[in-house]
Amino acid sequence: MIGLQHYLTVAAILFVIGIFGLFLNRKNVIILLMSIELMLLSVNINLVAFSSFAGDLVGQVFTLFVLTVAAAEAAIGLAILVSFFRNRGTIAVEDVNLMKG
Amino acid sequence: MVQADLNIILPEILLSLFAMLALLGAVYGRKDGIATSLIWVTAALFIIAAFSVMRSANGTEVAFNGMFINDGFARFAKAVVLFSAAAVLIISPDYLRERKILKFEYPLLITLSVVGMMMMISAGDLMLLYMGLELQSLCLYVIAAMRRDSLKSTEAGLKYFVLGALSSGLLLYGASLTYGYAGTTSFSGILDAALQDQDDVGLLLGLVMILAGLAFKVSAVPFHMWTPDVYEGAPTPVTAFFATAPKVAAMALFARVMHDAYGGIVDDWQQIVALISLLSMYLGAIAAIGQTNIKRLMAYSSIAHMGYALMGLAAGTALGIEALLTYMTVYVVMNIGTFAFILTMQRDGQPVTDISLLNMLSRSEPGKALAMLVLLFSLAGVPPTLGFFAKWGVWNAAIDADLVWLVLASAIASAIGAYYYLRIVYLMYFGEEPQEALVCQSSPVLSGVLIVSSFAMIVGMVNLFGIEGAAEAAAATLVR
Repeated sequence: MIGLQHYLTVAAILFVIGIFGLFLNRKNVIILLMSIELMLLSVNINLVAFSSFAGDLVGQVFTLFVLTVAAAEAAIGLAILVSFFRNRGTIAVEDVNLMKG
Repeated sequence: MVQADLNIILPEILLSLFAMLALLGAVYGRKDGIATSLIWVTAALFIIAAFSVMRSANGTEVAFNGMFINDGFARFAKAVVLFSAAAVLIISPDYLRERKILKFEYPLLITLSVVGMMMMISAGDLMLLYMGLELQSLCLYVIAAMRRDSLKSTEAGLKYFVLGALSSGLLLYGASLTYGYAGTTSFSGILDAALQDQDDVGLLLGLVMILAGLAFKVSAVPFHMWTPDVYEGAPTPVTAFFATAPKVAAMALFARVMHDAYGGIVDDWQQIVALISLLSMYLGAIAAIGQTNIKRLMAYSSIAHMGYALMGLAAGTALGIEALLTYMTVYVVMNIGTFAFILTMQRDGQPVTDISLLNMLSRSEPGKALAMLVLLFSLAGVPPTLGFFAKWGVWNAAIDADLVWLVLASAIASAIGAYYYLRIVYLMYFGEEPQEALVCQSSPVLSGVLIVSSFAMIVGMVNLFGIEGAAEAAAATLVR
């Protein structure tokens, strides 16, 4: 029987993969966008699982909001990435280094 | 019922309608030709909205089943956000026109992000918190990368986007855990759940992740790394905006979440907030010393200031929230004045941000140098200025909450921080002979804003313009 903890485990694993993808990836900014998407989707799994097991609809409504915002976020991220590529000619993460923080 | 709810969110509705209609009008009309007038209209609308927010009914109004809270605290924070956004809009057109990036989207994106900030400030539910935060952030990512032909600006936008999305992810994961373990997303429900089950690991993990996401938005250590790069890369008027309104909104949201949702378990978060505040003050004070770019310096300065403001939150009392609100108001006025000065800095028609160019500014521009001196003293917290009274307020609140160690540590941090502010004063008055003199742009608006804010720093010591009383009333509605 698949219980709540299984869903939570999957979501936690996906979330951690997303975070590691953000920090360990040195190659491509597109992979950063994919990692961000992974994090948001793991949150959705969490919300839907909680919502379904508690019999409470709020979590699923929240999920719809998150999905919508994630789509807008990806669109804006890609737009910024395109204008960055036009100036820099590359989208390697190690080349995003004009300013050192 | 719906009618009453809609009445409560009227300012937000009108501002977003204005943004959408103006967007349509500009696209089908004269496009960037109307940008300047659009900026002035938007600034005027912000000021009208601020007055209508301040004059609206007293007491706490709740809309949409507790999702949207319009109390005294929200009204105070909204007024500060709206006034500062209007001030930033007023000081931007000259700079943007000269750099040929005066686009009609600029005031409209700022309007939408201000609507997001107003939603954040009034959030009574994790869902509204998230939507407000994202509406604000998505607009800010775009305006950071507004100068599309500049590598620095697009890089700033990209960095801000990636790290901002990471922080939203953290916050959202915390929100999902909180929803799962509290069984509700409304702050009042979370408050009850947290009181009933103080040691629930799921709730605490949710709290910590929400805290991390919020610390990111106020650029507190250890989530500050985006701040210097974004401040340096973004066009200066955009940097001025980043340093003011979003910081106030994020700080208000921070206070709202901590008190409305976790007000019953102050002990659980007090230590974390105190630690974040301590680290921010020290990092801001120490890392700013070696900076040569004044925008980067202002970034570290804002990290340090967020540390002092968080000290008010760490107190966990109504007095602390009062000090926090006063501090943020003073901080915004100081920053707008300083950025108005940075906007005037240019050489050969190009904007410059090197601190070394300020050498002997007092000879070529005595008036501006004097105004800057007052602002820098205030940023450093030197006694006769308003900046000192703001710091005094948070110290007072922290001592009241038995955080004496934090007060002592922050006094040392502010002494370290004073070094880099006073170094600029030294350069302006006793520096070396400049090889190439800085030519300050003489714009009446910029000079006006600079002079008004530096005057406010001195005159304000009489009674702080009554901010303290208003902040006290606002804090009383948040902390019960």
